[in-house]
Parts: sequence; C-alpha cells; structure tokens
Amino acid sequence: MTTAVRFSRVSRHYGPVKAVNDVDIDIAEGEFFAMLGPSGSGKTTCLRLIAGFDQPTSGEIEIFGDSAHGVPPYKRHVNTVFQDYALFPHLNVVDNVAYGLMIAGQPKTERRRAAEEALEMVALPGYGGRRPSELSGGQRQRVALARALVNQPKVLLLDEPLGALDLKLREQMQEELKALQRKLGITFVFVTHDQGEALSMADRVAVFNEGRIVQVGKPHDIYYRPDVPFVADFVGSSNVLPPHLTEELTGTWTHATVRPEAVRLSDTGLPATVRSSSFIGTATRVTMDTEHATIVALLPKGAAVPHSGDKVHVTWDPADLHLMEQGG
Amino acid sequence: MTDTVPDTPRSGPLVRLSDLLWRNPRLTVFLLLAPPALWLGIVYLGALFALLAQSFFSIDEFSGLIVYELTLKTYGELFTPANLDIIIRTVVMAASVTVAAAIISFPIAYYAARYARGRWKAVFYIGVMLPLWSSYLVKVYSWKLILAKEGILNWLFETLHLSWLLNAYLSLPVVGGNSLSVSWTGTFLVFLYVWLPFMVLPVQASLERVPPTMLEASGDLGATPGQTFRHVLLPLALPGVIAGSIFTFSLTLGDYIIPQIVGSSRRFIGQAVYSYQGTAGNIPLAAAFAVVPIVIMGIYLWVAKKKGAFDAL
Repeated sequence: MTTAVRFSRVSRHYGPVKAVNDVDIDIAEGEFFAMLGPSGSGKTTCLRLIAGFDQPTSGEIEIFGDSAHGVPPYKRHVNTVFQDYALFPHLNVVDNVAYGLMIAGQPKTERRRAAEEALEMVALPGYGGRRPSELSGGQRQRVALARALVNQPKVLLLDEPLGALDLKLREQMQEELKALQRKLGITFVFVTHDQGEALSMADRVAVFNEGRIVQVGKPHDIYYRPDVPFVADFVGSSNVLPPHLTEELTGTWTHATVRPEAVRLSDTGLPATVRSSSFIGTATRVTMDTEHATIVALLPKGAAVPHSGDKVHVTWDPADLHLMEQGG
Repeated sequence: MTDTVPDTPRSGPLVRLSDLLWRNPRLTVFLLLAPPALWLGIVYLGALFALLAQSFFSIDEFSGLIVYELTLKTYGELFTPANLDIIIRTVVMAASVTVAAAIISFPIAYYAARYARGRWKAVFYIGVMLPLWSSYLVKVYSWKLILAKEGILNWLFETLHLSWLLNAYLSLPVVGGNSLSVSWTGTFLVFLYVWLPFMVLPVQASLERVPPTMLEASGDLGATPGQTFRHVLLPLALPGVIAGSIFTFSLTLGDYIIPQIVGSSRRFIGQAVYSYQGTAGNIPLAAAFAVVPIVIMGIYLWVAKKKGAFDAL
C-alpha cells in the first residue's frame, strides 16, 4: 500500500516551545486518518506542516514519496478545509468553489460546471449565486469542502471542520464526510479534539499530547486498549487505576484502566463512597471515591441509582480491566 | 456584619431620567442624534446648498455685480480653454497623487497589519501620525527648502555626481521646471507627503480585517503569492484603498496653498476659487469651480461602486 504522508522525526519548535516534538507518522493512501488531542497538543501544527503553511524545524515530510522540503503550499497536491472555512467574502459560492480551477487556468464555462458538480456532491445544488455571508454555518462548511474537493487533491486536510456546528448537524456531517471519503477514495487527514468524532469516522487515530503522538491505532484499540493513562483519560474519560491498586487486584505493578460503562455496583468488591450522580440522558453517571482512586461508573437505565454519601461496593469483569505499560 | 446595600431603590432626578430613557429607546436615539443632525443639516449641508445656489447666478460683466437670475452661463464659463486647463491639471494631479499614495501605502500598511506587534505597532502609528502633529504650513515650507536649487536634494544629486540626471529630468516638459521647487513634480511630491497618512491608515485598517487564513486558503488552492494579491488581498483591501483615495483625491482637488508655495505659476482649482471669490469678486464662478470636485468625487464613487469595489464590505 502506498504511503500518502510520511513524517520522519519531525519537530516544529517556536523558540523554547516544542509544538511538535519528534513525530513519526505513516498515513496510507485512501485512509481516513484522525489526529486527536487537546488544544495545544500539536495536531493542528502537524496539519499545517502537511499543507505547507509551516516548515518543520527538523525532520523530513514526504507526500506520496516526494520530499516536501521547501515546497510552497501552492505546489502541493493537498487541499485544506479550514476551521473558520476561510471562504472569500468578495466572491459568490460558485466562484469560491471554482477558485482553484481559475488559478489553474481552466476556462470559465468548464470550471463553473465543475464547481456546480462539486456543489451537487455536497448537497448544495443551486446555491452558486449566493454570497458566503448568506449561508448558514453548515452550508459554509459544505462550500469549503466542495472548494477543496473540486481540485481533486491527493490528500484532503480537515482542521476541526465540524467544530462550529451544532450537535445534530455535526453528527449528520460526520456520516456524510465518512461516506464521501469512501466514495472518492481520497486520503483524509482530520484534526479534532472531539474523541467521539475521531472514533466514529476514522480508520486510524493518532492521539497527540504535548507535541508528541502517544498512541496510534484503530478506534477500537484506542478506546479499549489504551497504551498510556493519558489516552485512557482523554478518550472516553476512562478510570485509571494507580499501580499499587492494580497490584492489589492483579498482582502486576502497572497502571490499569476500566471503562465507566464496565463498572457495576454490587455487594462485594472495592468499597467506595458516592460523591455525586447525574443523569446524562443515555445513562446515569456516578462518581465515587475509593481509597486510592476516583471511579466513574455509567449505570444503564433501570439500575438502582445511589445518592451522594452512600457507601457502596464497585466491581467489574476482570476481562474489562486493561493493563497498560507503566508511565505515560 | 452590617448591610451596606440600602433597602429602598435608588431615586432622584438623574435616576428618573435614566429610567425614562431606558423605557423609551426611541427617545434616547432621538436625543443622541438631534444635535449632530442639526449641525450636519443646517450648518454643513445648508452652507453647501447656499454655495450651489450661487453657482447658478452670473456676474454682470460691466458693473461686476451679481445678477440673481438662474442661469447656466457661469457653468459655461468653466469650459473656456483657460478654465478647462485648470480643471484638467488639478484632476491629473489628484489622480497621480492618489495612485502614488496607494502604491507607497500598501506595503507599509501590509507590514503594520500582518507583522507589526506591540512596540513596532506603536512605532508604525507614531511614524504615520507624527507628520500630522506639526503645522501644515511648516511642512510645506520645509519642502520648499528641500526642493529649492540651494536645497538638500540638489546638493545630494551634486555630491553623487548625478546633477545631469536631475537636470535632464527638469528639462522635460510639463513635469519639469527651473528647479524642483517650482515644478509640477515638486507640487506632486509635497501633496504626496502631506496626504500619505490619509491613505496609509484606512488601507491598514482594511488589511487588518483580512484573516490570515484567507491568504493561506488562496495559496492552498494553488495561487502563487502574486495571484493571491491580485485575486484575494487587493479585492478585500479595496474598500480601504477607496476610502484612502477619497481623502487624497478630494484633499488634492481642493487645496490651494501647496501649489501656491511649491510649484509653477499654473493654477489649480483651489487657487481659482480663492482668487475668484476674493480679489475678482466673482462668487458665482468661484462656486461653479467649487462644484467641480464634488461632481468628480460623485462620479468616482459611483464608478467604484459599479465596479464592485465595496463588495467585500
């Protein structure tokens, strides 16, 4: 399988700040690759390095086997969907979408037709004559997508494109983006701080923390088999057990994690005091203090809900306890 | 612990007035707008229309008295070769100053908007505004000294053994003259210097509003920096350039001091207005001359709007 984007020991430092620190990535052609992490973790900087808006301090970036060193953005076969969409306010929708083709020297009628087709693909047919300012956030997002895709890029970069949309629209766009990527077969590199978004859309997820990639893997592995406590905590706010508690339970000195939905209340097990419980729609979230760790449980509908201050016991299926490498 | 908040609601005439204004937003807007509207309506527009009315009267050639009868005769006089010459000279000067100011301002404004931060931003503002703090007349007279035959510019050319170049330029028709201080070029340079801040500031303000991602998006879509300038940056900055050009263009059209101090004896509109309403006592013709810049600015803005210069607003 061809490698679409390869980072070899790439770093980007701003003075003393190591925004990206010694990162290796291999993104396969046709892959939907998500870069997940909190703000300031270096994921957006990595995206900008691929687009060419920024240059690495050290290391090598290859795009389809060609070194990207010193290649300006306008010579890369890579297009970006910006977080703020960056639509040109002085052009109407169709001229926005056709911008790349206009620059490439395509005749007016041809590029207009291609732009109209791209607008149809993102379910905005007939919107060509409007101004970006006349569109809703979701529609602007689609125009930005069409404007990038109409150039048939080898890699499409998406910088938190759904961040400004409301929840319902976001979920709908997640499905549409996924379907579009399947249909076109273009490599998508998707930056987000929303773990649900990354898990539901991506083929593989890279979790960033403090300029480094702490884990790369399939969504299922990232969720159920985190390598380090940071991933367990950031992706799905898992319960992280400190080494001495893990040793007490399993005999192994290491961090361990157990998903909130795997935690049950019972008559035996780890004694705990309920700190708080809150109804979150699909379940009830109960936070409990044990002697060594805070445990969060998601109790399904129908389960008895304890009150704060109640003394309870928590337990889980031993198979749900995932041991991590120590550290992180 | 004592409670310092009084139990009773605050009262008094000021509080009652606040309450009244809060309950009647329309009254508030009326009170806010009435004084400036009166000023603009009566003092400003009134004076303008009084002037306009004067231009439709004429002067009796024998008695030199104003004939208060509506006529277009005075406007006809604008089209005599001598007066047309004044109008064309002024418009060409205003246009040249405006174009040159826009070209010089753009890089300065771009730097200030995109790169200057903190201290350098302050240096930029002071650098641009400082000339405005000193007297206009002092600046114009300083330029007369700079451009004079005995001035520093001539000395510089001599020191560099480039006097032949300056002399060759001064021997050119129209733009040249005996020395820079009595040439069209001298007038142009002083106009350019004096009105430059009025171009830099609006252009800088408009560039400040262009998000950096807009330029990145253009590059991302394959545009070279030159193409990005032409297709994105310039259209987005155009409202600022137009705003600046309104200043530089209209200020040059109306000025009568600079061409009088620095330049050849050929007159500009401002000087014509000054002499007709003063010594010549021909107020109708002075008024007709004063209408010319208004008409030109109106046409200019209309064309700019037609061409889509304000689409980015």
